[in-house]
Parts: sequence; C-alpha cells; structure tokens
Amino acid sequence: MTIPLMRPPRKNPVLRTRQMNLPPGARGRVALGLTAAAAEGRFELQTCEDCNSVQYPPREVCHQCLSPRLQWRAQSGAGVLLSSTTLHHSNDLFFRERLPWTLGMVHLDAGPTVMTHLHGDVGTAPQKVRVGARLDRAGQAVLIAYPQEGDAHMADDKMLREMTSDPKFRKVLVTDGKTEVGQSLVKALVKAGADIVWVGHAEPWKKLGGLEDISALPQVTLVPLDLTNGRSVSELAGEIGGKVDIVINNAEVHRNFGIAARRGTDAAKAEMDINYFGLLRLAQEFGPALMGRSADGETGASAWVNLLSIYALSNFPPHGTFSASKAAAHSLAQCLRAEMRPAGIRVINVFPGPLDDEWNQQMPPPKLAANTLANAVVKALRDGIEDIYPGDVAQEWLERWRDNPKVLERELAAGGG
Amino acid sequence: MRTQRLSYEGVAVAIPITVPYVRYSTKTAHWFVGHALDALVKASGIPKSQIDGLCLSSFSLVPDTAVGVTQHLGLSTRWLDHMPTGGASGVMCLRRAARAVQAGDADVVACIAADTNHVDSFRQTLGSFSNFARDATYPYGSGGPNSIFAFITAHYMRTFGAKREDFGRIAVDQRTNALQNPHAMFKKPLTLAEYMDARPISDPIHLFDCVMPCAGAEAFLVMREERARDLGLAHAVIRGAIERHNAYSEDPLMVRGGWAIDRDELFAQAGAQPADIDFIQTYDDYPVIVMMQMEDLGFCQKGEASDFVQSHTMTFDGSFPNNTSGGQLSAGQAGAAGGFLGMTEALRQLTDSAGPRSVANAQLGLVAGFGMVTYDRCLCTGAVILGRPA
Repeated sequence: MTIPLMRPPRKNPVLRTRQMNLPPGARGRVALGLTAAAAEGRFELQTCEDCNSVQYPPREVCHQCLSPRLQWRAQSGAGVLLSSTTLHHSNDLFFRERLPWTLGMVHLDAGPTVMTHLHGDVGTAPQKVRVGARLDRAGQAVLIAYPQEGDAHMADDKMLREMTSDPKFRKVLVTDGKTEVGQSLVKALVKAGADIVWVGHAEPWKKLGGLEDISALPQVTLVPLDLTNGRSVSELAGEIGGKVDIVINNAEVHRNFGIAARRGTDAAKAEMDINYFGLLRLAQEFGPALMGRSADGETGASAWVNLLSIYALSNFPPHGTFSASKAAAHSLAQCLRAEMRPAGIRVINVFPGPLDDEWNQQMPPPKLAANTLANAVVKALRDGIEDIYPGDVAQEWLERWRDNPKVLERELAAGGG
Repeated sequence: MRTQRLSYEGVAVAIPITVPYVRYSTKTAHWFVGHALDALVKASGIPKSQIDGLCLSSFSLVPDTAVGVTQHLGLSTRWLDHMPTGGASGVMCLRRAARAVQAGDADVVACIAADTNHVDSFRQTLGSFSNFARDATYPYGSGGPNSIFAFITAHYMRTFGAKREDFGRIAVDQRTNALQNPHAMFKKPLTLAEYMDARPISDPIHLFDCVMPCAGAEAFLVMREERARDLGLAHAVIRGAIERHNAYSEDPLMVRGGWAIDRDELFAQAGAQPADIDFIQTYDDYPVIVMMQMEDLGFCQKGEASDFVQSHTMTFDGSFPNNTSGGQLSAGQAGAAGGFLGMTEALRQLTDSAGPRSVANAQLGLVAGFGMVTYDRCLCTGAVILGRPA
C-alpha cells in the first residue's frame, strides 16, 4: 500500500534550491507517437494494419510481416510482470538523485515485452499488472506498471509524484476568481489538497457574486492581478512568484463577433490583450521563478495551465475574433511549453467546448459546466496530461478536426457548430 | 535441406596481442588500434605492407569506421570489414577473416578490437547505443545493461532455482585466474564472502557481477597455415565456428541464447564432444550469461548450470577451466575488446604462452561470444572451437 504523502517540512531558506536534472529525453521520431498519445492520457502502441501484430519498441516496419502500415492503437495494458529490479546505481543524474528506483519487465497480453517504471504497490514477479503511459519530467512518454487494483493513496507513490503535478500540498495561482470557472477551479483545487490558492481579481471595487464564498476558504487568498497591466503582473510576481508551484491562467475576454458584425478593433483588442498578451505578460513574470523551483522538493513547482478553447483549432466565425485570440494564445502556449520543458514544468493546454456562461447564452447545449471543467483540470494535473478537450462538443470537434481539418473549416463556415 | 558448410581447414590463427588496459585514457580509439597493429607487426615479423586485410571492432571510433583507420595507420588492404558487434565480434571477425583467407581475398588479416574510455564515455555510450535503447530502455532508470541483466538474472534464479552463491563461484574462480594474468585490472583475491557482501547495483546484480569499463585493445592475425608454418609462428586452427543473431525472439525474457540452435553443428564440424573440450572462454558480461553458455553449448542441461558450477572448479587448474585470463569480470572490459578477450586467451593457451595460468595439456578450447543489448537482450551469439595444429 502506498504511504500517504505527508505535508513536507518548511523549506530551509539557507540551503540552495535544488536544480532540475531531467530524465533522458531523447526519442526517435517514430517513438514520439507514444508521447503524442500519452500527452492526452492514452496508452497506444503501433499495431500492424496487415497482420495485427503489436510492436514494441516503436519501429518503421512490422517485425512479423514487414508491412510498413503501422498504426498507433489504444492498448488495455494488461500483462504479467516477469521480472523486476531495484536500481541502486544510475548513470543519469535525475535517477541518481532519486535512488532507489524500481523497474519491471512486463509481458503484455498483446504480445510485446516492455520495460516499465514500477509502481510501489506492485509486488514481486510473477504477477498480473496493468501498464499505462505517462509523460515524465522530460515531457516524454514512459511506461508504468501499476497493480491491478489501486488503493486510495496510489497517486502519492514517490515515482508517480515525479511524473505528475498533483495539487496536493502545492501552492497555486488562479489568475481570475471573478468567473464561475475561476471559482470552480479554486474549489476543486482546495478539495484536491492544495496548500495555498492565490486568486487574482482585476477590479476589486466591482462586487460580483461568488468571491465571498471562495475567499472564506482558509486556503484562499485574494490578490490584485490585472493581466492587461504589466506593472500589476510584475508586482504580484515579486510578491508570490517564488512560492507558486502551479499557475492556472483562466482569465479571458470573450465577445461574440466576427469581422463584419462590429466595426473597429476595440473588442478584438480587448480579447487579444487578455487572451494573448495577458498570457505573455504572465509567462514573462512568473515563468522564470517557476522554472527555477521545478526540483524544489516533493511539492516543487510543476505545472502551468492555459485555458484556451476548442475554437483555437479552427475558427468558429460567430465568435471569430475570440477564436483568433485563442489560436494566438495556443501558438504562444506551444512556445511556452518548449521553453519550460528544460526545467521539467508541464504546460497543460485546456481546449473546452462552449462553456455554460453568459457569452455562450445563445449556443445550444451540450454546454460545459464550470465545475466539470475544473475537475478536468485537476485530473489533468494529477494524471500528468498535457492537452485536454473537456466536454462533448470539444471531443466531437477534435475528432472532426483530426479526421479532416478542411472539412471542419467548411462545416463551421456553414454554421455547423 | 541446408547447405553443408565448408570447413575452416588450412587457416591459422596466431599472435595474440593485448594492449594493456587502463581505467581511463585521454587517447582516442585510434591510438589503441595503432598500438595493437604495431604489436602484431613486431611480434609476427610480418611488415605492415604485407597485412592486406583488416577486420576491426570498436565503439569509440565514431565518426570514423574501419576505412578511416586504414588512412590513419597508413595501411593499404585489399579486404576490409567493420564489425561493431561488441561481445560477439571476436568470433565474428575470426569467421570472416578465415573465409577471406581461404578464398584468397586476403593473405594476412589483422583482427583488432579496441576502445578508449574517457571519464564520461560509458554514460554517453549508453544513451545512444541503439535506437531501441534510446527510446525504450535508457529513459527507465538509465542503468544500462545492469538493469537489463538484472531482469534476466532474477528471472533465471526464479525459474531454475539458481542462487547468488552460484554466480559467485564463477566470479571468484575467474579472479583466481586473473591473479596469474599480468594484464588483468584486478590484482586482489576475491572471496565468496566478499562477493556476497558487495553493494547492490541493480538487484540481484551486485558489484562483482559487473565488469569494469576501461580502455585497451586485443588483436590477432589470421593467415593460411603454410604461411604461419613458414614464418615459424605458433598458431591454433579453427575446428568449427557458429554464429546466430536475434534467436528465440519469441521468448518474452531471455532464458537461452542462439548457441543452442547451432551447437550440434559446431561440435559436429569439430568432430568433438563437449567432454573433449579442455577449457572454455565464455562471454562474461554477467555471470548468468556464463551459466547460459554452459547450458546452451551443451556442457550441462538447461537449468542445471547451478549444479554444474557447484560440482566443478573453474580455475585454470580446475576440473572445468573457464575464462582463464580472469575474463572481463576480473581483467576489465575494454569496450569491444571484451569480445576478443576469450579469443586471445584461447590462442595463448593453445600456443603455450599462457604462463603460470596454463591449462595442462590443453588441446581443444571453446570461445563463445555474446553481444549487443539493443533492447532487452544481447542479439548476437557465436562460438568457435580452436585446436592445436595437426
């Protein structure tokens, strides 16, 4: 059974903050298919379209029939642990700093034998296990063998904590507490065991519902934060930047205009100023400190979450300028992800479908409830996932986009949401 | 029906060379190759200009290959092979060189395995050893072959009831042999208690189950027997030789090596039985692989190597001499030269130049090779039976 994670002792300010050494991150192009699936929480292996053989390690040609038609397919992960070992020596700094480290060889029911990290609850070989794929701190997929039946504290496993960004005992900044989504995020984070949740509010004189509820929570502190104002962002970063472990940027401006429906650029500028430049300001001020603390103990800095939109993938003309601002933010978030990867900070992009809020009032259901979105974000942090598409609409649009982005563009142009 | 292979008759193997090992070197692999070739020339009396074949094994030549070495050493050959197959390269080089000589493609082939070892070489080699290692093993703890062979060892122990003490007997007897080998890196005796008490590296692999990476070279010459006789060179002859790659890939974890497929052919070609073999030089990257070779080459049944090592002494003067040089476990692993160590040692035994560690009345010796952990096991296996000339 996993020993529950205890609140880590206060940091000794005299000692140097431990620096991050990432696990080996090099992968061949084909092997990145494993990472692409794991980034969305799936375990996929290449399967031969001609003879159905499952392949591992990833390769170019089927080892049975030599067919080049290998497709990544979801795997159950069921298998038998054939052998395990506990490393007391490693040639890599990341592991050297975390020894002892346990590994297994699992014969998957699907065919191949895979080398895995081993969850602490897995007993001695031989026994049945379940294999899944996760992103490690280098942002690359690795395989992990879990016990068939998990217990309540499974996520507290020392090895798993190294792969994920579980909010438990971590300090989180939520950039906008005014919205229902922001308030749901705060509640979900508190429920998940977050140590402190700082909640930004841009215009404290505006009295909006819900803020009192969350500010009554002992973990929550309201902080002034206006993403349109560089000085405001900078001042807050100076105050709490060295303590934040997870940044959740949920601030957004959403107006319902295309190009012809409104003259001028003021609404589009306001959207860009928060949705794109707000992210840029926030990343410039909070990014460096977050990266500097990515190996700071069991609850060190670990993740950055961006609230984007499924409209970032393909423009939804009735919300045309909003879509464009989210597409810009998506592109910037990819840059942020690339820049944060050397520090091992996970950048999580959230692509929800239409939220059930005032700006989507005229959208037909199903619309995404704020607390569903919040729970999906917490789950992504816990599961170490990089891209999430919460809600039925987002899932459907994603499927259509993957199938054929040009067809989706035509459908959206014809009003087919 | 498979074609009957031609014999290796008429081929002489001579001039075992060891360029002394050092733990770390600032030189490149070329330095060690050059040193080995110089030693071959001096010991054989054959001028460099008459060496017309080169078969080279090395990991640390990169980005050079064997052909770059010819220019570096001012060598012009009419036959060239590059055999970067590590632990199997001794057997594989010998087989290729022998065929080249039989066919007349070359008269004198220098077989050289050499590697340097800078302070950080080993770590750098591991992560980029193969595509599969980069993608599917190195990101998992970066233990290198230690963790792969820990899986194989743990699985073997569970399946066949082998004990750590059994592996210890192999390591301890090899150390006894090494104490009579001036080239061996390890100079102190090793007791079974010390073996058992060593620190764990990757359970159940402990310190003395692991080889020490170092820099050095091993080399020998292959030529026609008449040539060796004319020059008065002491030599051995090839009685039989086999190799096999990616065998038993259906086994989910390695329990046997490709030797088992070809061993009957090996002994048939040599006209001998396992009982006729006076010594063996096994590939000892880890003791469990030594036990697999004893089984798969027919010295005992599958799963019975524990009993076998308990009932034999494996020192040079014992009932079953194994790795009389001390093997890689006690002599050190100079990269690819580890795949040549058994070959040069067997040549010394069969040409009466093994000094105080000579196996009495040795007539037939078996050298096995095992190389290249690209993913979860070594892919190359090979073996050769060497004898004294008629």
